[in-house]
Amino acid sequence: MTREQFRPPNHDHDHFLLTTVVGSYPKPTWLHRARDQYEDPETGFDDEDFQEAADDAARLITREHERAGLDVVVDGEMRRNEMVEYFAHRIDGYEFNGPVKVWGHNYFDKPSVVDEVGYAEEWLVSEYGFTTDVATRPVKVPITGPYTLARWSFNEVYESEATLAYDLADLVNEEIRALVDAGARYIQIDEPALATTPDDHSIVGECLDRITAGVPDDVRLGLHVCYGDYSRIYPEVLGFPVDELDIELCNGGYDQLDVFGDPPFTKDLGLGVVDVHDADVESVAEIKQNIERGLEIVPPDRLTVSPDCGLKLLPREVADRKMSNLVTAAREVEAELDEGTVEVAAPRISAD
Amino acid sequence: MTELVSTTPGLYPLPDWAKDELRALKGNQKEDLVDGSENAETVQTYETVREDLVERQTRAGLDRVVEGQGRWDDMLAHPLAVQDSVETRGIVRYYDNNNFYREPVVTGELTPDGDVAAEVAAATGHTESPLQAVLPGPYSLADLATDEQYGDEAAFLNAVAEFLAGEAARSPEVETLFLLEPSLVTDPPETDDGHERVPAALDTVAAAVDAEVVVYPYWGALVEKLYAHVMDADIDALGFDLVSAPDANVSNAQEYGTPADVALGVVDGQNTRVESAETVRERVDWFDDRTPQNQYDRVYATLNTEAFYLPVNRFQEKLTTLGAATRPREVEV
Repeated sequence: MTREQFRPPNHDHDHFLLTTVVGSYPKPTWLHRARDQYEDPETGFDDEDFQEAADDAARLITREHERAGLDVVVDGEMRRNEMVEYFAHRIDGYEFNGPVKVWGHNYFDKPSVVDEVGYAEEWLVSEYGFTTDVATRPVKVPITGPYTLARWSFNEVYESEATLAYDLADLVNEEIRALVDAGARYIQIDEPALATTPDDHSIVGECLDRITAGVPDDVRLGLHVCYGDYSRIYPEVLGFPVDELDIELCNGGYDQLDVFGDPPFTKDLGLGVVDVHDADVESVAEIKQNIERGLEIVPPDRLTVSPDCGLKLLPREVADRKMSNLVTAAREVEAELDEGTVEVAAPRISAD
Repeated sequence: MTELVSTTPGLYPLPDWAKDELRALKGNQKEDLVDGSENAETVQTYETVREDLVERQTRAGLDRVVEGQGRWDDMLAHPLAVQDSVETRGIVRYYDNNNFYREPVVTGELTPDGDVAAEVAAATGHTESPLQAVLPGPYSLADLATDEQYGDEAAFLNAVAEFLAGEAARSPEVETLFLLEPSLVTDPPETDDGHERVPAALDTVAAAVDAEVVVYPYWGALVEKLYAHVMDADIDALGFDLVSAPDANVSNAQEYGTPADVALGVVDGQNTRVESAETVRERVDWFDDRTPQNQYDRVYATLNTEAFYLPVNRFQEKLTTLGAATRPREVEV
């Protein structure tokens, strides 16, 4: 069990539903302004200035997560402009040619792999160090997985996306071992691209074998997947070497929940209980019902409660209220579990 | 003697200046996207985009010039997204890509209104070259949409085909009409009836225009049975995506023959690696060599997918490659 280490020392209930977030969070407007200035050479806003702004934002958002009451916090990915770009800038072998469309007028600077990829500079160790210094609660590190880094790049040189993903997996492994050496105990691998090409689950499985090589057993590893047809990756994902599978289900009204009931789910379940594409804040009562849907799949000691996905597209005030309600709902469900007034429908199955 | 014609399947990336300008003008939330009621400033910006995109093709020396479809925020679903009888709802994934479009839900009778035709008409003012119109094929457009009006698949496909035929008929005269049909590869019909409806729907659209009609499936090859049905359609050319599935496509052409003309996807629309003109010619020859039983009057050499996946610099280079590939070669003496 990797989970008990995150139970707060003065937790009020016998039951413990681990509350956390997926990772990204709306950036303060002034951080966007700082980046604009940083990217404009005429302003004189240099590396040090931008670093200071990013530090301020990371501190602010980490504390915002703590005030919401989350058991495990992140810095809202304040230093990352985008989940592929950020890493591609730090990996040898990538180049950038300009923005491409994602949808409407939303673009990202999709990088091209033009040479063999290599580890050039640290990706997240200093981010983790800073967040840990300012946080009073345990810190989770979200990291974009190699399959997504490969799929969401233009591959100009590798024979296949699989061979590129395997090379990237070795680099992710190097970074994760460095994070573990720095003290990280909860790492979440984000693989949203798996949802677009679910037939590639065996490639993701091979990547995860590489990523987790040499990582100690007490380090909690999660895998986040979102916005796809889960029946196409289940039950294969149960064979992945991770402790927790974190999925978006709230957005679809839990219409895919049954997928995870047969065969029985054997990992910890990270359950999305608030929708990140809806600016209406779910009530505590509504979120409690969503949490109880998770108890149809896993018992409470294997349930992690989180939003569907990163909150970054929401207005910040909405994101904050969603987190607060999520925590309140989880604590109320814990109390009801202690009293025995909540039904747990999930079968008792050991993950071993 | 086979004529080699360079072209593209349209849906171009916006020039970078227009990405910024249009985001500022329109916003970047789903309710801000094109719905057919843009303000004058936005209309004017798209006119400038159109001129820019046509000029890029002229510079590259392409044999067919497309309007570029800079305004198609919802990619191939666009012709429905601007319809009054269609509601655009949530953001849904566009095939197996990291791209999204607004789900068009058909809630009333589809009525062609010339929205697409007006774009093609606007492009005629910017070029002397032969024009090519680009539309989604009826099967793909029906596949991308949700029907709450017609009730069953056959009636809906028929309605979408009639709608596209109406749009095509309102277009000014063009040399070529490309009907993009990726769904025929990615989500083929499951029943015999479903297979038979495909050529009928294609005929409906093709019959509406006096142009060479090219049906262009991509992201793989048609399953054999569907291929045989598509060959029943009264079309001038069929497409083969030689980037994603060269062998399966050649196999279809060998086993079932082709129409008189073919469109070969020989330049990768989803990779920044830029092919040479020589590579384009080699790929065309490769297909020709492996299908000696077929005689082609005309071969269209094209990007294998829509172009909006590319950053603008590589997009332009790929246009240049295609243009150079079909220019008469200088003979060394």
